[in-house]
Amino acid sequence: MRHVSLIVALAAFWVLLSGVFTPFLLAAGLGSVFAVVWFADRRMKVLDVEGHPSHLSVRALTYWPWLLWEIVKSGWDVTKRILHPRLPISPCLVRVPTSQQTNVGRVIYANSITLTPGTISLELTEGEILVHALTREGAEGLATGDMDRRATAFEAAL
Amino acid sequence: MSLAADILGWAFILAGSFFTVVGAFGLIRMPDLYTRLHASGVLDPFGVSLILIGLMFQAGFTLVTVKLAFLVLLLLFTSPVACHALARAALHREVKPLLDDERSSSSKR
Amino acid sequence: MFAAAAIALVVALALTVARALLGPTVFDRVLGANTIGTLAVCLMAVYGFLTERPEFLDVAIVYAFLNVLSTLAILKFFRFGSLGDPEDDEPAPRLETRP
Repeated sequence: MRHVSLIVALAAFWVLLSGVFTPFLLAAGLGSVFAVVWFADRRMKVLDVEGHPSHLSVRALTYWPWLLWEIVKSGWDVTKRILHPRLPISPCLVRVPTSQQTNVGRVIYANSITLTPGTISLELTEGEILVHALTREGAEGLATGDMDRRATAFEAAL
Repeated sequence: MSLAADILGWAFILAGSFFTVVGAFGLIRMPDLYTRLHASGVLDPFGVSLILIGLMFQAGFTLVTVKLAFLVLLLLFTSPVACHALARAALHREVKPLLDDERSSSSKR
Repeated sequence: MFAAAAIALVVALALTVARALLGPTVFDRVLGANTIGTLAVCLMAVYGFLTERPEFLDVAIVYAFLNVLSTLAILKFFRFGSLGDPEDDEPAPRLETRP
């Protein structure tokens, strides 16, 4: 299952990047795809839940747009604070509990925190994330746990 | 249709340029490393991605669009990783964050 | 209008280079270098549109990969490498001297 999805993704990658459809290049692409899949599976052993989380792809269609909207909102907020003459920032450190079950889920949550401007995940430990927030409002917004719940729901896909 | 896509593309490009310059300005203006990381968060995935999305609208529906989409996805995946690695390395090298006051529910290292 | 985006990117690049030169700690400089890389990727894409040569996009994709890899490599060096505190250094190997 993961093999099939990786093969399809790599083949699409090759075709879309090259855009040339001569037999030699297509054959070379096919060879490279299978070589990469064999290498990832047998030699590096990264073709697993962590290395290629293809089971998350369906739920990503609902999680990513929400995350993008969060990025736009907080990006606009940080922009206003940068341009404000008095620079109204109140940086603080908070520890945010995580409710994800797997490492992939925790990394998704930590990356989502970092991706939204205004909050950065500093350190990821078992069960909690040390977060540096630009403003206290940002830290409080994170403490409501909305993103945590959504990341957990995203991780629990399938 | 083409005109609407054109206008939408220009809107995205102008917004992206604005956020990019603001982020770079924040990079100069912010007082310490961690707050500068927040400013680069406005610039690095956000403003640059908006510019690239605007270019996607300008390119029409060709292979160029797909490459731009791939570039946007790549930036959105890699930039938080680099940012987190930077913050964590700085924390482990004992670069103290500048905190607002001690009332925050923080636990110092 | 592509020129406007290119000018904005160049202005942002100038500010970022200033931060990389000023930066008090080494991490400020790494942050500046990483941001310069990202801006260069975007500038390459815009320049490809400006001159109607979409081949620049392939270079931009490769450069985006290289950018994040170089940042991680530099950070790993500063995190685990021998630069930094002298206490972290492994003692230099002592040469056996014959009496």
